[in-house]
Amino acid sequence: MTGKKVFRFVAVLLALTLVAAACGDDSTSTTDGDTTATTLAGGAADEVEVFSWWTGGGEAAGLDAMIAVFATTDPNITFVNSAVAGGAGTNARAVLASRLQANDPPDSWQGHAGQELIGTYVAADQIEPLNFLYDQEGWLDVMPETLIPLISDGGNIYSVPVNIHRANVLWTNPTVLADNGIDIPASLDDFFAALDALQAAGMNAPLAMGEQWTSMHLMETIMLASLGADGWNGLWDGSVSWDSAEVTAALEAFDKVLDYTNSDASALSWQDAGQLVLDGDAAFNIMGDWAEGFYRELGMEPNADFGWAPVPGTGGLFQFLSDSFVLAKNAPHRDAAIAWLTVAGSLEGQDAFNPVKGSIPARSDGDRSLYGEYLLSAMDDWASDTVVGSLTHGVVANDSWKSEIDSALGLFLLDRDVAAFQTALVAAQTASG
Amino acid sequence: MAVASAEKTAPPIRKSRGNFFTLQHWWGVLWVLPSLIAVMVFVYGFIGWTARVSVSAWKGLLADYTYVGFQNFTDLASDQRFAIDVQNTAIFTVVFVLGCLGIGLGLAILLDKGIRAEGFYRSLFLFPMAISFIVTGVVWRWLMNPARGDRLSGLNLVFDKLGLDFLVNSWHGTPTWGIAAVAIPAVWQMSGYTMALYLAGLRAVPESLREAARVDGASELQVYRKVVMPLIRPVTLSAIIILGHISLKVFDLIIAMAGKQVALDVPAIYMWTTTFDGFFFGRGAAIGIVLLLSVAVLVIPYLWYTLRQESDT
Repeated sequence: MTGKKVFRFVAVLLALTLVAAACGDDSTSTTDGDTTATTLAGGAADEVEVFSWWTGGGEAAGLDAMIAVFATTDPNITFVNSAVAGGAGTNARAVLASRLQANDPPDSWQGHAGQELIGTYVAADQIEPLNFLYDQEGWLDVMPETLIPLISDGGNIYSVPVNIHRANVLWTNPTVLADNGIDIPASLDDFFAALDALQAAGMNAPLAMGEQWTSMHLMETIMLASLGADGWNGLWDGSVSWDSAEVTAALEAFDKVLDYTNSDASALSWQDAGQLVLDGDAAFNIMGDWAEGFYRELGMEPNADFGWAPVPGTGGLFQFLSDSFVLAKNAPHRDAAIAWLTVAGSLEGQDAFNPVKGSIPARSDGDRSLYGEYLLSAMDDWASDTVVGSLTHGVVANDSWKSEIDSALGLFLLDRDVAAFQTALVAAQTASG
Repeated sequence: MAVASAEKTAPPIRKSRGNFFTLQHWWGVLWVLPSLIAVMVFVYGFIGWTARVSVSAWKGLLADYTYVGFQNFTDLASDQRFAIDVQNTAIFTVVFVLGCLGIGLGLAILLDKGIRAEGFYRSLFLFPMAISFIVTGVVWRWLMNPARGDRLSGLNLVFDKLGLDFLVNSWHGTPTWGIAAVAIPAVWQMSGYTMALYLAGLRAVPESLREAARVDGASELQVYRKVVMPLIRPVTLSAIIILGHISLKVFDLIIAMAGKQVALDVPAIYMWTTTFDGFFFGRGAAIGIVLLLSVAVLVIPYLWYTLRQESDT
């Protein structure tokens, strides 16, 4: 009898802990890894809190390399690394948003150049203009002219870009292409012909794709191929209407491309999709050039194990994104933050960061001997190509607009109704204001 | 009856009832006060704050709380993504609750038979409950890896080795049944807990009733169906309510297994993404209020019922 009573008591106790745990779970996922301070030893005179979502792989290693440069230039400032892991930056930005609302900003944080910066933080009056720093350091002479307008608003420059990534890259498996006698496609028509040929040869899904954000990445590169640079830019500055026939054609091209992708895409990360190409299960993958860093990490040889080209139809166009750092309004340690930004924009800082992170420096005077085969080709293209911004990575649309497009895209992936998708995209433009 | 006996044994309490402001009472109030304030601020305060945001067009970082009435709620009613979320939650809840109840009851009946090493099995079945949903999600993401061909892993590899090729599947990769597949790990995690509830219920059924039924010629199956099951119906009700409110809130498990995608979206995830990715704080708060009301619809009648039962006894 008493045994049964004890068991019932334990069952009730378990029920209570369960309810408590279930209630607590929601918050743990956000506070998890909130602030991991890499406090340097010694009695530091000052500190600077820098916020990013670089917590793993080449990203964190790149940041560490730049922190090491900072430690030599400003040895008496403690660097507090408040990186938040997970969700390709979503988790970090959720924490950042709540801190900004609570008037407790970190001194400096990571924000993609473009509308993510201008349409979000500048619009909310959260960051300081940095014109004085550009004048003082002479950055206007070394930063590319195409980049400055994207980080400026009303004549003020608002961030320090540390790198450039390219979004419109087609990654290929050279062996699969050679075995099937296929050249790297240059136009969308060539691309469809190559995909058809591979399907006819028995490869069911010749184009590898991953989870939902990678399908947005695929969508924007195909839309760029179909619309061209002017058409693409027009979508974001209002000169091209979202319900126009060109957009319909671009969306239909995207719809057609999806027919060649793997059915298990939604369960794969971008790395999984990239792996499909390496393994020869797919011939192509469209992904930003961080894929090259991933391939090198796996010990793959450029031009032997993997090849690259601009996404078909986007030759001569460089669809870019850029990580940049900002100065918070009312930064608790303003002088230390300026010292950090000075390093982030310096040649030493960028040449320490980028070869490790796997991107090219935002400055045009980087030391070419430090960069590998792919990155050198990207540097050349960046200098000569027409530059356009990326949607998925925060350049062309602000966060609200992008999130509405993401919802519309998710629904489209379910029903594949192009007309409904276009209507939803028109509505997305209105909803974001 | 109960009232009369309480009065008889309670004269010391009575004495102090006339004089409310004793030192003892103040101490009591003082001890409870901090948690009372904390609950008011951190629970009801924030619910009130969320309700306020839900009738505004607040866009997060900007301090502009334009009042829009029930606009956010009416928008949700015609929001296709939210419709999918509701449908997904319904599928998830059905698979999760029925799975937990079925497996939990089955295990409880087996253990109730008094098999050997009962304690060991009980701990074994309860064990998954000690793991957090996020860990379960990561583990099952691998178990349900959709990869085919040379890259088979997890369950698909097991099925392949056993020659059950037809079971090799994309699991959570398929949009239609993906959310039901995501519910399977949740069943795995929580059916042990349901078993514990049922076992407690079964043990509470007096042996004399079962004996009486057997004497009357009932088969073992009939004993369960006609005597035991009706008596443990309240257990089923509490289990449904507890499991139901978990399924309304499920968030971490789906994020860990399937990431963020509209196909496998639930209201909690939509709330998160629209608020923090899109800065539509008004819409996010409206989803939060809808979730709160759904949980209330489940929990309040239950609380009322249990409290009434307690005051009866």
